[in-house]
Amino acid sequence: MNKLNTFLAAMIAVYAFSPISANAGDIMVMEPWARASSKMAKSAAAFLVIHNNGKQADTLIAAESDMSKRTEVHESYMEKDIMMMRHVDTVVIPAGGMATLKPGGYHVMFMGLKKPLDMGTTFPLTLVFEKAGKVTVNVKVQKAGAMGAMGSKGSMDHSKMKHAH
Amino acid sequence: MKRPILYVLFAVAILLSALVAKNYFDSPNKIASGPTIGGSFTLVDHNAKAVTDADFKGRNMLIFFGYTYCPDVCPTAMQTISDALDILGDRPDIVPVFVSVDTKRDTPEVLKSYLENFHPSIVGMTGTPEQVVAAAKAYGVYYAIVEGSSGDPDDYLMNHSSITYLMGPDGAFITHFSHGTPPDQMAEKLDRMAK
Ligand SMILES: [Cu+2]
Repeated sequence: MNKLNTFLAAMIAVYAFSPISANAGDIMVMEPWARASSKMAKSAAAFLVIHNNGKQADTLIAAESDMSKRTEVHESYMEKDIMMMRHVDTVVIPAGGMATLKPGGYHVMFMGLKKPLDMGTTFPLTLVFEKAGKVTVNVKVQKAGAMGAMGSKGSMDHSKMKHAH
Repeated sequence: MKRPILYVLFAVAILLSALVAKNYFDSPNKIASGPTIGGSFTLVDHNAKAVTDADFKGRNMLIFFGYTYCPDVCPTAMQTISDALDILGDRPDIVPVFVSVDTKRDTPEVLKSYLENFHPSIVGMTGTPEQVVAAAKAYGVYYAIVEGSSGDPDDYLMNHSSITYLMGPDGAFITHFSHGTPPDQMAEKLDRMAK
């Protein structure tokens, strides 16, 4: 019982103070991360998971940041081995459900990046929901080819290797 | 007067079927019903040096077409190739190549900076619009700017083929990898099929 209490207290602490999640009402945004960009890059993408603990569906209608001239929600999709990308106006988060923004699917796209996203840094990103309003999260920058919030497992960080050119 | 026309038609028909048959039997490596993958190209590498297909003869070339402004699919593809090469270890017989289809924004300098985040053996390539059109055509690669994707002339999106091709030391097509192939599977297939 003691252990459980400690565990619960720890969990509450994680949810209350962690920079890795943020919530507004029934909407909770978790594990926001982005891929590091090169020095000359003019674009970048962020990924995250949105949980909706409410009894009504909510809709992501916009994303805002100071990192780029424009910040938009995009979707990558495949058609006969052709990779396409489009701007989407809304992403619905079903009641009691979630929406995942991940490589190969939805992402927050930074177009006209003002400065490079360096690995290990964080930056604020605001998501705008139809019902829950604005939710601001701190996006953690992973390596350029990361596939998830913790970086892709087992792969080397080539940015730290000497580039033999 | 009708006879000679019939003879001509008959001769043409025989000639055509002979050509079709020849093409069919000459090309065991072709993807079913598809055109030949690969061919000559003249491009510029990430050090602004002119390169042609001849520079890669004798080595297996792992070639992918994309663009650096792409924040999702292209970094994933480059990471997959990087991880596969890490699994394989030192393999100078395999050269990964990233050809940019974005001739307007992807200068050699931009490519070089972009590739610093990935495996050091990856060669970036770009070129004039004509050169890239020709290279993409040789590899049956489709790409297009998404019109109206933004009001800013420098912030456009592109659609592009997502397949990675493995070409042999003789420049002939060996196999291809679909987007989403896990690095370990790519490494295993590269090890088995590279010549
Ligand atoms: Cu995008």
